[in-house]
Amino acid sequence: MKFGVVVFPGSNCDSDAYHVLKDVIGVDCEYVWHETRDLSDFQALVLPGGFSYGDYLRCGALARFSPVMDSVYRFVDEGKLVIGICNGFQILLEAGLLPGAMLPNNVLEFRCQWVDLKVENTKTPFTCLYEPGEVIRVPIAHHEGNYYAEPDVLDELERAGRVVLRYVDASGNPTLEANPNGAARNIAGITNEKGNVLGLMPHPERCSESILGGRDGRRIFLSMIKSLETGASLSF
Amino acid sequence: MADISQTAPWREMGLRDSEYELIKARLGREPNYTELGMFAVLWSEHCAYKHSKRLLRTLPTKGPGVLVGPGENAGVVDIGDNLACAFKIESHNHPSAVEPYQGAATGIGGIVRDILAMGARPVVLLDSLRFGPPDDPKTRFLFGGVVSGIAGYGNCLGIPTVGGEVFFAKPYAGNPLVNVLCGGIMKHEDLHRGGAYGVGNVVMVVGHSTGRDGIHGCTFASDVLDEDSESKRSNVQVGDPFMEKLLIEACLEMMACGAVVGIQDMGAAGLTSSCAETAARAGTGLVIDVGKVPMREEGMNAYEVMLSESQERMLLIVGSDKVDEVKRIGAKWGLHAAEIGRVTDSGNLEVLHNGNLEASIPVSLLAMGAPEYTPGAREPEYLRKTRELKDESVRTPEFSEMKEILLELLASPNIASKEPVFRQYDYMVRTDTVEGPGRGAAVVRVKGTKKGLVFTTDCNGRLIYLSPKSGAAWAVTEAALNVAVTGAKPLAITNCLNFGSPENPEVFWQLKEAVRGMGEACQALETPVTGGNVSLYNESDGVAIYPTPIIGMLGLLEDIEKRITPGFKSAGDLVAVLGKVWGDVRSLSGSEYLEVVHGMVAGDPREPDLELARGIIEVLNEGAREGVFSSAQDLSEGGLLVALAESCIHGEGGARGCVMSPKALGCGGREGIRADAMLFGESNTAVLVSFPANCEEQVSHICRRQNVPLSVIGRVQSSALAVETCGGLRVLEVPAEEIAQAYSRGLEDSLKS
Repeated sequence: MKFGVVVFPGSNCDSDAYHVLKDVIGVDCEYVWHETRDLSDFQALVLPGGFSYGDYLRCGALARFSPVMDSVYRFVDEGKLVIGICNGFQILLEAGLLPGAMLPNNVLEFRCQWVDLKVENTKTPFTCLYEPGEVIRVPIAHHEGNYYAEPDVLDELERAGRVVLRYVDASGNPTLEANPNGAARNIAGITNEKGNVLGLMPHPERCSESILGGRDGRRIFLSMIKSLETGASLSF
Repeated sequence: MADISQTAPWREMGLRDSEYELIKARLGREPNYTELGMFAVLWSEHCAYKHSKRLLRTLPTKGPGVLVGPGENAGVVDIGDNLACAFKIESHNHPSAVEPYQGAATGIGGIVRDILAMGARPVVLLDSLRFGPPDDPKTRFLFGGVVSGIAGYGNCLGIPTVGGEVFFAKPYAGNPLVNVLCGGIMKHEDLHRGGAYGVGNVVMVVGHSTGRDGIHGCTFASDVLDEDSESKRSNVQVGDPFMEKLLIEACLEMMACGAVVGIQDMGAAGLTSSCAETAARAGTGLVIDVGKVPMREEGMNAYEVMLSESQERMLLIVGSDKVDEVKRIGAKWGLHAAEIGRVTDSGNLEVLHNGNLEASIPVSLLAMGAPEYTPGAREPEYLRKTRELKDESVRTPEFSEMKEILLELLASPNIASKEPVFRQYDYMVRTDTVEGPGRGAAVVRVKGTKKGLVFTTDCNGRLIYLSPKSGAAWAVTEAALNVAVTGAKPLAITNCLNFGSPENPEVFWQLKEAVRGMGEACQALETPVTGGNVSLYNESDGVAIYPTPIIGMLGLLEDIEKRITPGFKSAGDLVAVLGKVWGDVRSLSGSEYLEVVHGMVAGDPREPDLELARGIIEVLNEGAREGVFSSAQDLSEGGLLVALAESCIHGEGGARGCVMSPKALGCGGREGIRADAMLFGESNTAVLVSFPANCEEQVSHICRRQNVPLSVIGRVQSSALAVETCGGLRVLEVPAEEIAQAYSRGLEDSLKS
């Protein structure tokens, strides 16, 4: 089993994701330069955080035209796992692999802080190791994380259990105060219809070791590994 | 072009008549216009340190761990495991005063490239900021612009902004300070230098194209700010952080493949300084063709290309067999990598354009030939007044007022939480930040080792204003104690000397005295100066800033798991002071309490007890190794009571309060002891610690060995901060929530009101 961490010009959380996968968890992992077209070596891909192409024009809007993205579409069609973290989530939205769009944070500022998240669906290849309804602590760091989609799209996401992570308070309620960026219905992370693509604004790679203040994020990667081992991802 | 000696264009470029005469004499002829421009930028105060060089030579710069001292792009210190840390602080004050967003942004860009030029990967940023009062609309404009400029540029680079400080005071109103520290990590063998070695080697420009932006930026930085300064906005460069990020990755790759003989940032004075300095360091010459420099505008002449301060460019000296490799890496990252000339043995910087020789100047004259000035120094008049601080000039408040005072101090923008600032910075990227902003010195781990690097910036300009020598010694001492309360050993400093015009004898006296105090403290604490920057002419409309020599200190934790943190850990732990708390009116000199509560900036701060500070550092280092301390916190603005409050604020559940009595500090017995000075006095060589009661013997043993007074003043409790008099009377009790609220809302409220 091999993970690939895609490196776009301007990615800056690529080495963090790589470190967690390779050094902390110990799974096989390689960087994938954005001009790469052959992804046949990999079973899972990380689109990391950062500022691909400087986030010029719109976050993720230029990265979706990188050569690697043609292969990412096929990768997704084949049922392999793709996780887009922060800028990676924005790229997945721009690429149409996930529905909706990102607006600037409603506070109109960059926000770097810890947030509480509720794991709303544990029947995904990314969350199968969490307890249903579990509240986890994960950092965010973004300027455009205000998730937007049309109401009927949001309804469909909710209905199909595709809202996987939601900003909540410490007791698990999706309050206004707990929402750091104005995201619709406190949405922090969603999957595609098939369930093999996850986009999330929070950074699980920043909380996978206790020395960094928490390790709640680690089980996202461990869930992916478990799903790949058991072939669960292909059952969607 | 008209006869130069008739129109005297050097004056407009910032050169004195005498400097022009010197250039003419040393050159043996009249410089042409392009050459004159090149001299003007390199002989500017910003680049040539004309007024500070002699003073800077008096600072201690050597130490067992110093691999590279001042004179290179950044200092480099050994951190063991075959690793080294490059670090340096630099100012970007003038640009930030007229264009705060871009000024601050490009300030980050410049210092990051200095660290990169040493061969290190930049891994941390800290910002030391000074503004006028927060209720001044201009401050809000500058503050907002600077903070978002730092966020906009720094976040994109993927270098965490892990710390720094923000301080508000009236003298900075027209002339804010934006000092940025960058630290980087490298293997010893990856160390690079900014030297144009090897005759025949190729000179290359890598990175952004060159435009007309920032021409004479450093000349602008070497003048006082006045009503014309607004018109100098075009002197300010514009940053492109995406380009900088690509430049970092590309240069690290170019260095890793062994292609790079010498490397230098093109910052202030752009191509002129990078060419002259690299050749001067190597004792060689360069011939370059400006027509080969990638340009973003048409029709640029040699003068403009040589003086442009376009950002995100590096000068590389490359072996001729490696040029293609460098070009290939440049192309991979989408960057220009252009051959523009060669290293020669002429000793001259020769500039060609369209086949014409546009300039030919000895590099030693250009890079090192500027005159050095030692202007007159005179003790400032104001000191006669400010030194007078008598017991009777400060009313001692009643105990019933103390709670209000504590909350007022905690909410004061200089003490209150800076979270509204640092939550805009990505301080976690790279996943090495173990202690981020808002908790004292920053601690970052070094992956692959057990080590941690500790960074802090410190300087209380108010103290230096009142006594430049002892104030500067305090800045060093406070930085060292800040580093040491994490359990780390202070290794070395970088400094940024922000002062007014050196041509004012009172300002030059401040500078001289401050350098003296800094030197003594660095000597005593064995933290040599490895480099830094001087920013003079920080005046607006005739008002000089507080003299502000910012100290950036690097410390090393051998075992990051054994670090000490600032918050109380468990109820019942003993709370103690290591060192000495004076408790008299003199210790109120320049204190936040005196200014906030009594509206006074006065007093004559004592010098730090450097011997005691050394001892305290040893105690903290040893205590950390033995794991005896639950928490440690240095005493700075707000004194002992604010330090206690901060340990409560950072306290873990069930340990958010404490009860203390100053009895053990010797209140009743000494003359001139006052309650307010005991609680809020500053300039104390002391830190606050807590430890389990059963460790008391061990702690006092360590303290005795280091000759450090240990005074147990109280106990950690669950949820309130209480103070008792020496007689045991409870005079103050503040619930933890009230403390936390005042502290967390102070800055935002003061910016809103």
